[in-house]
Amino acid sequence: MVKNSLGRLIPAQFNGQDLIPYRDPFSLRPQGNVAPRPLRRVNAGERKLLGSIREAIEAAGLRDGMTIATHHHLRNGDVLLGLVVRELDALGLRDIRIASSSVHPVHAEIIPFIEKGVITALECGVNGPIGELASRGELDCPIIVRTHGGRARAIISGQVTVDLAFIAAPCCDEYGNMNGFFGPSACGSLGYAHTDAEHARCVVAVTDNLVPYPASPISIPQTLIDYVVTIDSLGDPRKIVSTTTRVTSDPVGLLIAKYASQVIDASGLLRDGFSFQTGSGGISLAVADHVRRMMREQKVKGSFGCGGITGYFVDMLEEGLFQSLFDVQCFDLKAVESMGRNRAHMEISADMYANPFNAGAVVNRLDTVILGATEVDVNFNVNVNTESNGYLLHNTGGHSDTAAGAKLAIIVAPSIRGRLPIVKDAVTTITTPGETVDVVVTERGIAVNPKHQELRNELLRRKLPVKEIDQLQQEIYQITGRPRPLEFTDKVVALIEYRDGSIIDVVHQVKD
Amino acid sequence: MTEFRLRRTLLYVPGNMPSMLQNIPMFDCDGVIIDLEDAVPYSEKDAARVLVRRFLEGWRERNKEIIVRINPLDTKWALPDLQEVLRALPDGIRLPKADSPEIVERLDTLLTEFEEELGLEIGRFKILPSIESAAGVINSVKIARCSSRIIALAFGAEDYTASLEIERTKTGEELFHARTRVIWAAKAAGIQAIDSIFADVSDMEGLRRETELIKTLGYNGKSLVNPRQIDVVHEVFAPKQAEVDYALQVVDAIQRARAMGTGVISLNGKMVDAPVVKRAVRVLKTAKAHGLIDMELDEEVIYGEK
Repeated sequence: MVKNSLGRLIPAQFNGQDLIPYRDPFSLRPQGNVAPRPLRRVNAGERKLLGSIREAIEAAGLRDGMTIATHHHLRNGDVLLGLVVRELDALGLRDIRIASSSVHPVHAEIIPFIEKGVITALECGVNGPIGELASRGELDCPIIVRTHGGRARAIISGQVTVDLAFIAAPCCDEYGNMNGFFGPSACGSLGYAHTDAEHARCVVAVTDNLVPYPASPISIPQTLIDYVVTIDSLGDPRKIVSTTTRVTSDPVGLLIAKYASQVIDASGLLRDGFSFQTGSGGISLAVADHVRRMMREQKVKGSFGCGGITGYFVDMLEEGLFQSLFDVQCFDLKAVESMGRNRAHMEISADMYANPFNAGAVVNRLDTVILGATEVDVNFNVNVNTESNGYLLHNTGGHSDTAAGAKLAIIVAPSIRGRLPIVKDAVTTITTPGETVDVVVTERGIAVNPKHQELRNELLRRKLPVKEIDQLQQEIYQITGRPRPLEFTDKVVALIEYRDGSIIDVVHQVKD
Repeated sequence: MTEFRLRRTLLYVPGNMPSMLQNIPMFDCDGVIIDLEDAVPYSEKDAARVLVRRFLEGWRERNKEIIVRINPLDTKWALPDLQEVLRALPDGIRLPKADSPEIVERLDTLLTEFEEELGLEIGRFKILPSIESAAGVINSVKIARCSSRIIALAFGAEDYTASLEIERTKTGEELFHARTRVIWAAKAAGIQAIDSIFADVSDMEGLRRETELIKTLGYNGKSLVNPRQIDVVHEVFAPKQAEVDYALQVVDAIQRARAMGTGVISLNGKMVDAPVVKRAVRVLKTAKAHGLIDMELDEEVIYGEK
């Protein structure tokens, strides 16, 4: 065990791999080259279309101990991962790792196969029950939580080798050209799948909408796809959009959004060329609403909107407030529909979006990002992975990537959830280091990272409720009291990998 | 001159909801009306008044006017309400069903007794009578003048329409006469007038229209049921830039006049005298509260030394 620079104890090894303790957000340099993959040859007349997922697994030569991947663009409506895992079991395969881009609550269906030894490790973060069971020590399956950019880096660098990638392809031809824009399971961008298509040792496109050759437009080309399989349905389209896509009506959330937008206004970044990312939560959308109004009033012509894209950003694009959108993932069907017809609404890979080890990701060009938190601490460190009960319940997403890249990373969170304080002495789990977090906005006040004295003074000049973060924390503790610390065992159930591959924190099993 | 106090937005907060009470300091309404009456079910009357007292006692840096709506004086809860919450020093009491001056006078007497008992200055606790019945509207002229504690008349359209056995509409034609009478009563007595709530929280345009109407009639503000309504009402009450610019010119002109030893001066060919100055000062104070200007107004320079 060694302490990383944030004081978190990191084991030397996890699931057989050596670990690098986190030091700082920017200085770790990559070594070596992009990981190699086999060359292949497909001659004229050879067919890629196979009869079933089982045939594809056999054709790929998947063996015990290997790694598979899927993408999570179908979110909580995805059926593919479950189908694949059941086939792995039926074929008697064991000790398989999952390196999908994310795992959702719907994938609780694979829990029995983890218990059975079919799946023995998750090279990806998890949302929902799997993380909870692991946290309670009821599921023995080491988990490595990665950021979106970090996952792309891990695959491209060869830290993770995906032996067989299944790509759910909402619109696909028999030679493997695909896009996500059309069909009954349309999900829009296939941003997370690009890395898999380019780097997995074998790539299988799975579709419920086989179109005559060639599929158009082409997001992922035939040159990367080994096999094509058709199934009845890729997922439940109603659950593809599983996040909140409405502006909050909660007065506290609205107040937070108002403060956050005032911080953006005060930052001086809201000028021609402005670039912006926000999530799909109710507060984030309320901030977007304010930003939209300010851009109109101040006649700002923005450069790009980025990230998971909602209909809100589509409206802003169509209104001419942004020149273009970079879309790694569509958050609602309006975004899906827009991608299919508007060339300014561009699909980007997770690599281009956020990988720290390439020649420059889109997050580096971001002016402002609005991010959430389950907890924040007095050093501005942010937790989005674990909840106040200590359970690993959420994946990191692009949180640490955008915080590191953007000029102004604003965390929006209510100061109290239920009866628990959100600003604490120390977060349960560090997802994103405080060094990359610029402002924390709660309804009780705005805390500015001490490295931004100018911004702080400007906010004070504008009579906004600026507070030191420990003052804010004390105020909240006065209401909630000091929560009793959680108790954990020594067992590490998950790693929180920073975007550069170093380990920023670990998640321990919760003591009963 | 009566003290200038903005009462554009008086936000109702249920007295039995800890999660809502604790958010009071965060919202930038001019005042809150913590409710022990309609929002609180019978079974929670006791608990609510204790909760409200504790909340007020713990809230040290008060940043808005605090008014508590007690239960009507003819109920068994009114006196215990006063006994509990006055100790925590709210600014005033909103008196429901203030249908006659006698009812308000009774509260005045009770408040005096509590002030004596608590060793407070007599007249510390203010009264905001709710004019919310046909009788209340008819008696509003006398009510407005029956106690020096009264800071404003609050018109209550929901109960008023109920007392008339009519529906309340969004356009509010049925309220017009009552609203005007309450305004006359208040302004004649030199106090403010607060309009009724607007119940449809999702209809911001409707709220805006109604607020524009009542501002035109002369109301100083509204009672609100949701914090989301605050910004709309403040926007309507915010002075327009042209008004602010003109008011600044007026104040500048009158200061020059005072320096010359007179109280009247011409500005752009129009006479500037006391009523014009008074209106200008009111605009500037409102503008300052809205953060539109940042200046100290020296009353002596403006009105002359007493």
